[in-house]
Amino acid sequence: MFSALYTYASPQAFYPLAGRMIPWFASAAVLFAAAGLYVGFFVAPTDATQGEAYRIIFLHVPAAWMSMFIYLVMAGWAGLGLVLNTRLSGMMASALAPTGAMFTFLALWSGALWGRPTWGTYWVWDARLTSELILLFLYLGFIALKEAIEDPRRADRASAILALVGVVNVPIIYFSVQWWNTLHQGASVSLTAAPKMAATMLAGMLLMVLAAWMYSIAVSLARVRAIILERERDAAWVREAVA
Amino acid sequence: MGAAFAMTLRRDLLIALRRKSDAANVLLFFVIVASLFPLGTGAEPGQIRAMGAGVIWVGALLASLLSLPRLFAADAADGTLEQMLVSAQPLAAVVAGKIAAHWLTTGLPLALIAPLLGLQYGLPADALAVLLAAVLIGTPVLSLVGAVGAALTLGVRGAGVLAAILVLPLCVPALVFGAGAVTASLSGLDPSPHLSLLGALLAVSLVFGLWASCAALRVALD
Amino acid sequence: MNWGSFAEFVAMGGYAPFVWGSYGVAALCIAGEIALVLRRIKKIRRATVRVASA
Repeated sequence: MFSALYTYASPQAFYPLAGRMIPWFASAAVLFAAAGLYVGFFVAPTDATQGEAYRIIFLHVPAAWMSMFIYLVMAGWAGLGLVLNTRLSGMMASALAPTGAMFTFLALWSGALWGRPTWGTYWVWDARLTSELILLFLYLGFIALKEAIEDPRRADRASAILALVGVVNVPIIYFSVQWWNTLHQGASVSLTAAPKMAATMLAGMLLMVLAAWMYSIAVSLARVRAIILERERDAAWVREAVA
Repeated sequence: MGAAFAMTLRRDLLIALRRKSDAANVLLFFVIVASLFPLGTGAEPGQIRAMGAGVIWVGALLASLLSLPRLFAADAADGTLEQMLVSAQPLAAVVAGKIAAHWLTTGLPLALIAPLLGLQYGLPADALAVLLAAVLIGTPVLSLVGAVGAALTLGVRGAGVLAAILVLPLCVPALVFGAGAVTASLSGLDPSPHLSLLGALLAVSLVFGLWASCAALRVALD
Repeated sequence: MNWGSFAEFVAMGGYAPFVWGSYGVAALCIAGEIALVLRRIKKIRRATVRVASA
């Protein structure tokens, strides 16, 4: 089994494998999204306090969870690349970052649009929203550092260190902001103070989380194929693969 | 190990003493920034007092960032840094010496000036004492985290702004606990939980900041 | 079923701008991301073919 892992650690071997996997994950994403949106809009009842505005939750929570999950996975790949010195690990981390940043933005955007009708304001310095904003900065910093360094190997390793420092920091940042929030705002706003989770609401949310997860895998695999072609373009196998 | 640390510390301090204006300019920047905020927001005393801690902390953050290029860039340019990497001295000791020198010439002066700026913001005496303690514990954290940013962006185009973008989000906990300590004192609450957390942050930064800076330097100079 | 008519569904109990503003932007981002990745692959393919045939 380990020898199989070892085989696919080379970009050349991983390229076709990724290509075969993408359609499966893309289909799964579409199916889960269809199911999740159906449950979210047509099965889950209206919320007593928030009315229909709460339906944003079926987008907001999956986006927020994916933003954090992708960061962890990205840091994991980055760390693996540092330890094992494999090119593909750095490429995977690069492939994940834009998707992670997108979900972070969507979490913030949907959070703001959810906040306006429910809390009366687009932005609150809620512990979670604030930490999410800083997570966006961390993603963008990761991407900026990678773009700024010309040598791809150095870029991989430098941004890997940054990602690992960030991963340690994210719980600390969250804790510090939560601490700050309870001191400065009191027990005012809390996202979970919103709907009590009816079973159907929870089901809809979980389906959307799965959809987001499958989508992220599909897009990242596609992006890593692009990165592999870009980085390995001088290799003979690339010319054959592309022709 | 200790010898390498002491030697690097002494060397960097001597270099800094020769270019006193570098450290002085950072200090001046800090004072000017702290003076600008009331001009922008209005000088109503209650409002000023409420924002004093935050403004002083953000000013200290920005001032620390300004001095980061001095940390590694000069030595990288003339090849001294490569010598340090290749030599038998443990890199961690050398980097620790550099960061210590950076704090002594940047963070410590900022910390000592902060209470004076606190007076400008109408902070009472006990809040000033807490401010001094907080900035003394917090500025080494800024130096350590800043060192990681400086090492990662060594020799990169646009390194100054890039290092700032990378470092500032990571400094949020220090900002929250540091400014929070002063705000707590202003409200009559006990600031020691904040200061303890800040101390814990310093301990964590010491370990992680040193590891990350050394790793980043090796990546940059290989 | 939650909705009496399509019009009710679109109106979202008065919260239409917020709900559709969120899902709409999400759809745009996802479509944009997919389009960008596909364009990136196409670009590198074209560049590689050009170099190979040169």
